[in-house]
Amino acid sequence: MRITCPHCGARDRREFYYLGAEDYLHRPAEDAAPAAWDAYLHLRDNPAGATRDLWYHEQGCGAWLLVTRNTVTHEILGVRAVDGEATE
Amino acid sequence: MGFKHWNAGGYSGLRVLAEGLLGNKGWTPAWRDPAPKDSYDAVIIGGGGHGLSTAYYLAKNHGLTNIAVLEKGYLGGGNVGRNTTIVRANYFLPGNSEFYSHSLKLWEGLEQELNYNVMHSQRGLINLFHSDGQRDAFARRGNAMVNQGDDAVLLDRAGVRRMLPYLDFDNARFPIYGGLYHARGGTARHDAVAWGYARGADRLGVDLIQNCEVTGIDVEGGRVLGVQTTRGAIKARKVAMIVAGRSGQVAAMAGMRLPVESHILQAFVTEGLKPCIDHVISFGMGHFYISQSDKGGLVFGGDLDFYASYAQRGNLPMVEHVMEAGMALMPMIGRPKVLRSWGGIMDMTPDGSPIIDKTHIDGLFIDCGWNYGGFKAVPASGWCMAHLMATGESHEVARGFRLNRFETGHLLDEEGTGSQHNLH
Repeated sequence: MRITCPHCGARDRREFYYLGAEDYLHRPAEDAAPAAWDAYLHLRDNPAGATRDLWYHEQGCGAWLLVTRNTVTHEILGVRAVDGEATE
Repeated sequence: MGFKHWNAGGYSGLRVLAEGLLGNKGWTPAWRDPAPKDSYDAVIIGGGGHGLSTAYYLAKNHGLTNIAVLEKGYLGGGNVGRNTTIVRANYFLPGNSEFYSHSLKLWEGLEQELNYNVMHSQRGLINLFHSDGQRDAFARRGNAMVNQGDDAVLLDRAGVRRMLPYLDFDNARFPIYGGLYHARGGTARHDAVAWGYARGADRLGVDLIQNCEVTGIDVEGGRVLGVQTTRGAIKARKVAMIVAGRSGQVAAMAGMRLPVESHILQAFVTEGLKPCIDHVISFGMGHFYISQSDKGGLVFGGDLDFYASYAQRGNLPMVEHVMEAGMALMPMIGRPKVLRSWGGIMDMTPDGSPIIDKTHIDGLFIDCGWNYGGFKAVPASGWCMAHLMATGESHEVARGFRLNRFETGHLLDEEGTGSQHNLH
């Protein structure tokens, strides 16, 4: 599996650290209800098919990436830097 | 002669002998293949190990026999047929340890209970440690196991060497300091566990319905009424979702979002060898564990691939990592050829512990979140899920496995790795 980093190009999966679903981008306010924190930290759509998740280019440029992937085929459908421009 | 009588009876050595003498013409299918009825008292979604054992104990312990197990493929075709077959009770946290202790006791009587040879082999499990700190952690775990009433012996280096002389004790980076020996740990024939529970449930009157995919869960006024399937609608006042890696999709039919992310875990088996590895062994400095099957193949595995996946196959970096860890631990396995590798879909929770609970919908129950430790839990999971469905109360050894524990903060994080699904 290769992931095309918008800064570094197509790189081996081993250069990247997987954090989890894109839910991690939506951090609740500090005074949000416990249910909001539960949803943020624990609950997941967990789709079989297209999903978006966060990867960190640990052994590359150090960018956080939002990767659109197919969880059934492992196909990478798109990658963009968090807060950045789409490359695919 | 009364050979019909033989067929109606159980399996035994005498019957094998009698059938052998008569050309093995008297064997019949181990379970029926019924068409689904319009309604049942309870329906179990998922014909894997946990679903089948739940059905068995509902019928056996609670007298509920008007029930059906709905399986979208064939019985035992998911994780119960894809795991590395290890059975153990070496948990540390209260909430986990009494559950796995209960499960191991059920394993120890399972073959007699089911009249089925599940090839349960208590060959002993050894978790190796490689530093003083790790020794302290394993000593503490061993004490917790003994306090629970299970067995644990802390082996020093010489003790491990007597049992496992072929390990690389003086590996420059990960020298072996000792191991925690759990003599009652071991392995079982995974498929046979599913088949044994299936046959047992069928004999008690449970309908096992294969090629029957649930496509919807009927809920009205906060109460479950039944399910929609590819073989028609089925009414039931109690519905259990026991579908492991597919829990997210099935729960979504009831409008639920679960604390579960599905991940891929790979396993490997080599060509058959003469007996050389007598125990189950785990490496303490890389995620690697190994045992030898009765056919002779070395069965081993490692860690998750670490990203969410439903592919039932993994990627090469983890293959390489597992092989490297194995070679670091026991260089003698470098010669055998790997025959097969495969992957299973693991329902990973944020604390690494499972869920056996009611849901917010009356009559709808869930049993999931087995991470990659579900096989050894099959007997107790079914036992406790059946208890919950029949009585409405959590079983005393499964009280920690609540669905809402993440919201309330009552996590059961056995390894202390934090609330990220793939870190357990």
